[in-house]
Amino acid sequence: MADQTLPISAPLPDAEAQRATRLEWLHSWVVTVDHKKLGILYVVYALFFLLVAGAEAIAIRIQLAWPNLHFVSPEVYDELFTMHGTTMVFLVGMPILFGFANYLVPLMIGARDMAFPRLNAFSFWLTAFGGLLLYFSIVGGFGLYGMGNAPDVGWWAYAPLTAKAFTPGHNTDYWALALIVSGFGTLGTAINIIATVASMRCRGMTLMRMPLFVWLMLIVSVLTLVTITPLTAAQIMLLIDRYLGGHFFDAQAGGSPIVWMHFFWIFGHPEVYVLVLPAFAIANEVIPVFSRKAVFGYPAMVAASVGICFVSLTVWAHHMFTVGMTSVGNTFFVLSTMTVGIPTGIKIFNWLATMWGGRIRFATPMLFSTAFVFQFLLAGLTGIMLSVAPWDWQLHNSYFVIAHFHYVLVGAIVFCIFAAIYYWYPKVTGRMLSETLGKWHFWLFLIGFHITFDTMHFVGLLGMPRSIYTYEPDRGWNTLNLIISLGGFVQAIAVLLFAWNLIYSYLRGERAGADPWDAWTLEWSTPSPPPDYNFAVDPVVRSRRPLWDLKHPHDPDWKYEQ
Amino acid sequence: MSTVPLFVDETWQPPSRGRVGMFSLIVGESAIFTIFVVAYIYYIGRSTYGPTPQILDVPIFNSICLFSSSFTIVMAEHAIARGLLRRFAAWWAMTMLLGLEFLAGTAIEWRDLIYNRHFTIRTNLFGTTFYSLVGLHATHVVVGMIGLSLVMLFTLLGRVNQGHAARIQVLALYWHFVDAVWVVVFTVVYIVGR
Repeated sequence: MADQTLPISAPLPDAEAQRATRLEWLHSWVVTVDHKKLGILYVVYALFFLLVAGAEAIAIRIQLAWPNLHFVSPEVYDELFTMHGTTMVFLVGMPILFGFANYLVPLMIGARDMAFPRLNAFSFWLTAFGGLLLYFSIVGGFGLYGMGNAPDVGWWAYAPLTAKAFTPGHNTDYWALALIVSGFGTLGTAINIIATVASMRCRGMTLMRMPLFVWLMLIVSVLTLVTITPLTAAQIMLLIDRYLGGHFFDAQAGGSPIVWMHFFWIFGHPEVYVLVLPAFAIANEVIPVFSRKAVFGYPAMVAASVGICFVSLTVWAHHMFTVGMTSVGNTFFVLSTMTVGIPTGIKIFNWLATMWGGRIRFATPMLFSTAFVFQFLLAGLTGIMLSVAPWDWQLHNSYFVIAHFHYVLVGAIVFCIFAAIYYWYPKVTGRMLSETLGKWHFWLFLIGFHITFDTMHFVGLLGMPRSIYTYEPDRGWNTLNLIISLGGFVQAIAVLLFAWNLIYSYLRGERAGADPWDAWTLEWSTPSPPPDYNFAVDPVVRSRRPLWDLKHPHDPDWKYEQ
Repeated sequence: MSTVPLFVDETWQPPSRGRVGMFSLIVGESAIFTIFVVAYIYYIGRSTYGPTPQILDVPIFNSICLFSSSFTIVMAEHAIARGLLRRFAAWWAMTMLLGLEFLAGTAIEWRDLIYNRHFTIRTNLFGTTFYSLVGLHATHVVVGMIGLSLVMLFTLLGRVNQGHAARIQVLALYWHFVDAVWVVVFTVVYIVGR
């Protein structure tokens, strides 16, 4: 970093000194165990892959924009949607959310660092190498000899397509190994967050005084412990089948491809909650601050989050209504899936009640959070529709499903990620992001999002299946697909504006100061960016809004809580 | 700016991060084992050809050794907590011997199955589930043995003292977990599945 001095006695020539400084700067980022630097590394890494996977999505949409196009070959098309899904979930969603947790949880609970700083660095580098491994498959999966290339079995990698006979070459192995490696990284981070929240809280920070962000990250980490590990187990089985000649998913030997589906979705469905709960965490911080009110129904929010965590573990087979389960099985998974609507409904009403009667400031973070609340509601409603088994039999694997889960992943999660970056960027860099560019980014992205994903519901209802390379012109999907693709370009322009905003504001942005939003949680009591040691004096808190107490000594929260 | 201390709670005593971390790891590992155990149970009797679980011999002596090692490691934990280093080293060495015996027993069992009966992981579905579940557990025993050996090494070098009791207890937690998993694996593979 800039404030470190070099151990050099005699002055070096300018060029050499500059080179040495640059090397030392780079070295400090590679060997760092500081939770703030690792958090930034996670987020930058994820944003890079966001651009990569976004480019893959654009290529998919160009291919589908009009019937019988040949923008890419069918093989490359399969690789594109596999890599898009895998990258967005494992290399964008989880790293960016764990990056936020890494940066913010210790600051919010008044700690010096995470509980295990070296494990933290180890976890990050595992995740990073997992991502490199996945993309190395493009040259390593016998790609250079024309045998296979990037993984092309879909992000769910259903058996028996993954068997050696149907997928020769090494691309599926790269996929499995990459997810095992990054899975261990994720497991390490989850353990770290749990231990940090349990053991590193400052004095007075009881569980029921923790910011809701910290609560949700704790719940996500617990969920991660029991969610990522089944995937790791299933990947180990897949590798045993592929390398040691095992028969786990080999129907001829008595194995069952359905078992892979179960194991994958035992991971895959809670994974959605692993991604969306951090989005809730962000909304829980942003909405109160920009409504100028304490969050409505704090205990109900905590209870609803814990409820979602448990219920989400019991719903996985709603991805499998069409494989032919018993009617008892179907009914169970219909009911459990609908049950998720109750705690999430509580949350939506709590956010609305927080805004109700508040003095709302529509700065960019609040714009994104407001859009999140309404889009997440719609995503939840199509989720309830799909949870009804007969409806799902009609629309399974159609673009209606794609529209539903992109409404969650983009309309809820990506919107909250943008909100978080606009909200905490001043804390991390010391500079404000440009509000003008931010507003352009928000409106363009909002319009592009709705053009793409609202329309996608309709092609789904018209019967367009997912994962198809192209389609006949007489199906009536042509114009709608063109509209969907055009919306994709609008979103891409918005994201490029955002990337430009990140760079421009880093160099030229307005100085932020310690607390630009007049917020209430502990991270805003440190300078921006926070010093290596976080807090000069260990903080002591008496309420859920320690900075409110400090700013309003005559009207502190602790008089009313408990 | 930093917050002004408003209030001091002398009883503020957060739990040990080592224990919390280890318990979290155990929860995660349990989920891995659950998936393998579920696969094993679901696939019992579904092999379409080849040997059945009747070819297995119940490893009673082996299991007794592994279960006893949980007891000896508790004795070692007590000894280090009271600073009795020689007694600690003795119980710790005993634990390692029992662990080694378990691994040796598994090796002998597998050698017999592989060389004499030509039963391998690729023979049939039963072979796949058997070797992967028992092998997954054995892998955890190996990892535990590496941890135990490091502590033993530092003990012999005279670097371990009473102050390390808490850390050693965290490692012992892992060893208890490995033993507890064997209760499940043993029951499923050698009693229920046989």
